Amino acid sequence: MEHENIKYFLELFLSGLTKGSIYALIALGYTMVYGIIEIINFAHGEIYMIGAFTALIVSSVLTMFGFPMIAILILATGTAIIYSSAYGYTIEKIAYKPLRQAPRLSPLISAIGMSIFLQNYVLLAQTENFMKFNSLIPEFEWLKPYKEIIGTEELIIIIISAIVMIALTLIVKYTRLGKAMRATAQDRMMARLVGVSVNKIISFTFIIGSALAAIGGVLIASYIGQINYYIGFIAGLKAFTAAVLGGIGSIPGAVLGGLVLGWTESFGTGYISSDYEDVFAFSLLVLILIFRPEGILGRSTSQKV
Amino acid sequence: MKPILDVKNLTKDFGGLRAIDSLDIKIFRGEIVALIGPNGAGKTTFFNCITGIYKPTNGEVAITHPKRDTEIINDLVPNVVVNPLFRFLPESVLKSLKKYFPQLLFRSLKPNEITERGMARTFQNIRLFKNMTVLENVMIGRHCRTNAGIPGAVIRGPGTRKEEKEVIEECYRLLKKTGLDHLSDELAKNLPYGDQRRLEIARALATEPFLLLLDEPAAGMNPQETKDLVDLIYKIRDEDQISILLIEHDMKLVMELSERIYVVDYGKGIATGTPEEIRDNPVVIKAYLGEDIEDA
Repeated sequence: MEHENIKYFLELFLSGLTKGSIYALIALGYTMVYGIIEIINFAHGEIYMIGAFTALIVSSVLTMFGFPMIAILILATGTAIIYSSAYGYTIEKIAYKPLRQAPRLSPLISAIGMSIFLQNYVLLAQTENFMKFNSLIPEFEWLKPYKEIIGTEELIIIIISAIVMIALTLIVKYTRLGKAMRATAQDRMMARLVGVSVNKIISFTFIIGSALAAIGGVLIASYIGQINYYIGFIAGLKAFTAAVLGGIGSIPGAVLGGLVLGWTESFGTGYISSDYEDVFAFSLLVLILIFRPEGILGRSTSQKV
Repeated sequence: MKPILDVKNLTKDFGGLRAIDSLDIKIFRGEIVALIGPNGAGKTTFFNCITGIYKPTNGEVAITHPKRDTEIINDLVPNVVVNPLFRFLPESVLKSLKKYFPQLLFRSLKPNEITERGMARTFQNIRLFKNMTVLENVMIGRHCRTNAGIPGAVIRGPGTRKEEKEVIEECYRLLKKTGLDHLSDELAKNLPYGDQRRLEIARALATEPFLLLLDEPAAGMNPQETKDLVDLIYKIRDEDQISILLIEHDMKLVMELSERIYVVDYGKGIATGTPEEIRDNPVVIKAYLGEDIEDA
């Protein structure tokens, strides 16, 4: 029996890790945008949904032409990234850039408006029904014996998320654009004065965040197997929770927040009751906000004396 | 010889307050010029106007890069960069339309574009990127002189890596010059005050300016640090042919360092000349002491 318990625990642990990785991918978009212009991009969940839809359309077309599965996965993800990035870029230009000097409530309302607009746009342009999303991830033969603990899809999601998150960390830490991003986040006017084109850096942030959301969208749609125009809302809310949990504005915080949220949901549903998945997630948020409002890794905002 | 910085009739109002009142300033290649005046005279406002943070109410600011034509960088009527939507129009058409639609066809230069054209500045209160290392702070200054983009960030081809290597070499050269090379991996916020000031100068130099604007570089420095600063400013001017315009309250430093001085009071230019001329100018003494010279 001991053996069964460990297996069950591992299963929950890995499914939490899978979910958490996806939350983290989306949360990174929230946290990077907040870090750089201090607004919450509530349309970010919709970017993720648009990524999933793009991948669905591309993969359906390519399946008709009989492309191999791995080619479909790469092409669909690539197209989703390009589409979502274009949407992210455009949203920033239309909804946030004109409000850069406005009071902080204005871009927030603009973001919610953008989110509602995009949901309805996809609803009208595509469909209101749930669409079947055929899995794009091939089964690995060698993983068959461990099937009860971890499936190929879960493994791929964990690996791809880890690679993407490491790459992002390296980009932010070491590249020219990453340094400019950090500089812009710390002092926008000073960044301008040392020659950083702040508008380009903000666009770059939106593009990277949207690309991450698109990857998350493709992976989760392929994992769950169906999508509709509304998936961005719940995923966005959960990812936002993850970003706040970890400390909004902090990149490692978003990853940690995503994983903690994933595990909370997974262990909560596994050991207590599966009806309360969202209750566990949001109770955790409430607890964190009460006892550590700046998030797990967030900087304390208390003023220096 | 054309002045590298030519400010004509610059005026800046904040509501009813005239912070700068028809100020004329010229700076020539290789000069060290000081801008002095009592507190609140409008010196920092002047810096903000010529670096594009503020838009002047009247007048114009023109720069002449040693290798380029004169360019008006800040003006009442935005007249510098064509709005990208209308770039396809020939220049002659644009010029004739300018009278009618200045705001539509043209926009002003942004601060980062002015930095790109060769003017760099430091601040009165230090504005380093505190949570970045000393080296990273200087590397940010190279941003506008390099061009690795999104593909470079993701793929990191040989071009990007070569560029990065050059950037790091150049930054170490600047850190050596400012005497900070042994601190390159330290976080900027952990440096002592004098070093932070010099790091600001190193970061400004990394943008390859031909004119360096220093806003009270010696504020809060001890005599030894001030002496090092004087040496550094001479070194910058002599080795790199960079002109320097500084705002400073330390009169000993101003008299020792500058070749020409502009004095402003209540936003107006009240005197200009060599340190000797300024020292004995009754108008200047009056502005500083606030009383008649006979009574002093």
